[in-house]
Amino acid sequence: MKWISPKKLRQLGILGMNSRNIDYIGRSNNRRLFPLVDDKLKTKKLAENFGMSVPRLFAVINNQHDIQSLETQLSGRDQFVIKPAQGSGGKGILVISERAGELYIKPTGASLKLRDLKHHATNILSGLFSLGGRPDVVMIEDMIVFDPIFSHYSYEGVPDIRVIVYKGYPVMAMLRCSTHESDGKANLHQGAVGVGIDIGTGKSLFAVQNNIQIEKHPDTGFNFNELVIPGWDHILHLASQCHEMVGLGYFGADIVLDKNKGPMILELNARPGLAIQVANQTGLGKRLKRIDQHISPMSADVDERIALSKQLFATTT
Amino acid sequence: MERTTTLFYKTQVYRMQNGGLTDRVVPEVAPPNLTSANADVMQKVVEALKKKSSTPVEFSTLLFESVNLQQPDQDMSFLLSSYGGVHLDVVMDVLAYANMPAQLIKGIFLEDGRRRQRIDSLVEIVAGDRWLIFDPKTGNEGLPDNFFIWQHGSASMLDVIGGRNSTIEFALVKNTLPLKSILFMEGHIEEQPLLDFSIYSLPVEQQGIFKGLLLIPIGALVIVLLRILVGLKTSGTFMPILIALAFIQTSLLMGLGIFLTVVGFGLWIRYYLSYLNLLLVARITAVVIVVILLMASLSVISYKLGFHQALTVTFFPTIILAWTIERMSILWEEEGPHEVLVQGGGSLLAAILAYLTMSMSLVEHLTFNFPELMISLLGVVLLLGKYTGYRLFELYRFRAFGRIE
Repeated sequence: MKWISPKKLRQLGILGMNSRNIDYIGRSNNRRLFPLVDDKLKTKKLAENFGMSVPRLFAVINNQHDIQSLETQLSGRDQFVIKPAQGSGGKGILVISERAGELYIKPTGASLKLRDLKHHATNILSGLFSLGGRPDVVMIEDMIVFDPIFSHYSYEGVPDIRVIVYKGYPVMAMLRCSTHESDGKANLHQGAVGVGIDIGTGKSLFAVQNNIQIEKHPDTGFNFNELVIPGWDHILHLASQCHEMVGLGYFGADIVLDKNKGPMILELNARPGLAIQVANQTGLGKRLKRIDQHISPMSADVDERIALSKQLFATTT
Repeated sequence: MERTTTLFYKTQVYRMQNGGLTDRVVPEVAPPNLTSANADVMQKVVEALKKKSSTPVEFSTLLFESVNLQQPDQDMSFLLSSYGGVHLDVVMDVLAYANMPAQLIKGIFLEDGRRRQRIDSLVEIVAGDRWLIFDPKTGNEGLPDNFFIWQHGSASMLDVIGGRNSTIEFALVKNTLPLKSILFMEGHIEEQPLLDFSIYSLPVEQQGIFKGLLLIPIGALVIVLLRILVGLKTSGTFMPILIALAFIQTSLLMGLGIFLTVVGFGLWIRYYLSYLNLLLVARITAVVIVVILLMASLSVISYKLGFHQALTVTFFPTIILAWTIERMSILWEEEGPHEVLVQGGGSLLAAILAYLTMSMSLVEHLTFNFPELMISLLGVVLLLGKYTGYRLFELYRFRAFGRIE
C-alpha cells in the first residue's frame, strides 16, 4: 500500500502526534491534573466520590513486605486482576479467571503459582511498568465479567470502549477487542481490533487490525457490522461526566460493560492514541476543530453536550 | 638484550612570517682540509667561478649550476668523485675555500600525509649584510614556501649513547587552525580580551572535554529531527547520543560490533536473572556488574588476539548499556522480539546518524571554534518544538486513508 501525502491527511483532518501533543494535550490539559489519571488508584477514588461505577478494588499493596500477605488477601477469590496503579498502555495487568488448587489460571489457560504472582507484584512495586520507572503500588480488583453481547467479538480478554472527550464533548469512540495476537490485551498497537463506533447510535462503523480494515474478528470469525453497543447513551454520559470529574480538556475514557453492573469507568488517559481515527475512518482533528467553532461558552449540562455531539458527529441516521 | 626502539615526538608548528633569519652572527670561515690534489682542483674551480662572477650571489648561483649539470666539467667531476658524489659537501668546501661564509640549514619539506620523510638541507650564504638561501638541488635562491627550518648549522640532530643505527624520520599531517588558536599558541591571548573568555582560555585538557560536550547539542538535534519530523522510535530518548559519542572513540564498525556483542550477551544474562525474582535496582546493578566483566574480558581476549581497537570498549557508558539491556529485555517479554528489533534498530539508526553528523570535520570545527552557534541551534530546536505538522512515519501509518475520496 502506498504512503499518503500530507496534503491529503490535512484535507481529511487527521490529527498527527505533534499536533495532538501541542494543540490539544498541551493546551487543554493542565499538568497538575495528570497524576489524577496517571494513577489509577486516584482516578478510582475520584470516580467513587463522584458516584460513578468502577470495578471494585479489594486490596492495595504498598510495600514489599505486604507481598507476604498476598495469599490471605486472595483467599476465597477466584477471579481477580492484579495491576499497577501507574501502568501505561495496558502494561503489567495480570488477569486471573480461575483457580485450580494451588494454581491460578489466566484466561489464556496458562497457569501460575503463588510465587509467580508475588514476583509480578514485586515488579510492579519496583516500577517496572510505570512511566519512568517510578515506584508504584499494586492494585487488586474484581475481574470484569463482560457483557455476553461482546463474547463473539473478543478473544481471551475484556473488550473496552474508548471515548475521546474534548471540552466535555464526546468526539469519537471505538470498541477495542482483544485477539489471540494481542495476547488478551486491548491495545491496538499490540494487534487488538479497533471498531469505530458511531457517536449517534452506538453502531459499529469499521473494524481495523494493525491499521488494515477487516470484516470479521480474526479468532471468532464473527462479522463486526451487526454490532450495536447496548446502553450507548449511558456510556456517552459516563464519559462526558469525567470531564467534570478530572477537569482535563482532552482525554480518553476507557469504559467496560460488565454483565451484572453495567458500564463502568476502567481508567482515563490524558494522552489517548491516534489509532481511533483509523477505526473510524475519519479525522479527529476535523472534529476537534468543529467543537472549537461551535461551542462557546461550553455547556455545563451533560445531556446538552451529548445532544450536540450526536448532532455534529453522527454518521448514520 | 638488543632490540629496536622507536621514540615518537609530536609537535605542532605554524609559520609566523618569512623573515627573522637575518639577525645572526656570521660564522667564521674555516678553511677545508684538503689533499693536495683536491686543493689544486679546488683552486682551479674557484678561480674559474670568480672570473665569471662579481658578487657572492652570482658565485653561488654559478657554483650550484656547475655542480648540478648533467655532465659537469672535468674539474668538477673530479671533485665530485673524490667527495663520493655528495654535492652538498663539495659545495660547502668550495664556498669555504673561496672564503665565503656559508652554513647548512636543516629542515623538512612539508607535504601533507607524508611519512618517513628524511631531513633535507639548504645552503645559506652571507651576501654583504644579508643571508641568502639556496636550494642545492636546483640552485634556486630563496626559502621554499613549504620548507620548515629545523636548525641552522650542521650540528648533529640526534645524539645516541649506547645505541647504533639510529635514524630520524618525520611524518607530516596538515591541520587547519583558526586564528585564535594561533594567537593562543603565540601567547598573545592577553592582548585579546574577548578571546580571554573563550574556550581557548581553558587548560588544554578541559578544552578536550569541551570538544566532546559541544558536539552533544548536534547529536541532540539529530534526535529531535528524527523524533519530531520522522517519528522514529528509539529506546530511551537520548541514549543514541551516548552511543554515538562512544562510536566517535571506537570508530563506527568496531563500535557497532562491541555494542551488539555486549547488549546481546547482556540480554542473555538478563534472561537468566529474570528467573531469580530480584528487585529492580538489584537486578540492574547485577547487569551493570556483568556488563563491566564482559567489557574487561572482551578487552583482554581481543588484546591477546591482537585486536587492539577492541580496547576502546571502555568508552561505552556502562550504566547506559545496562539500562538498555534492561529495557530491551522488558520490551522483549511484553511486546515480543519484533518491538525489540523496531526500537533497538531505531536507536542504532539514530546513533549512527548522530555519529555521522557529529564526526563531520566541519561540524567539529564550527562547534568548537564558534560555540555561539549553539544559540542558533537553540532557536532551531525551539522552532521544532512548535511543529504541529505530520511526522514522516504518520504518512505510512495513516496510509489506509489514501483510499477515501
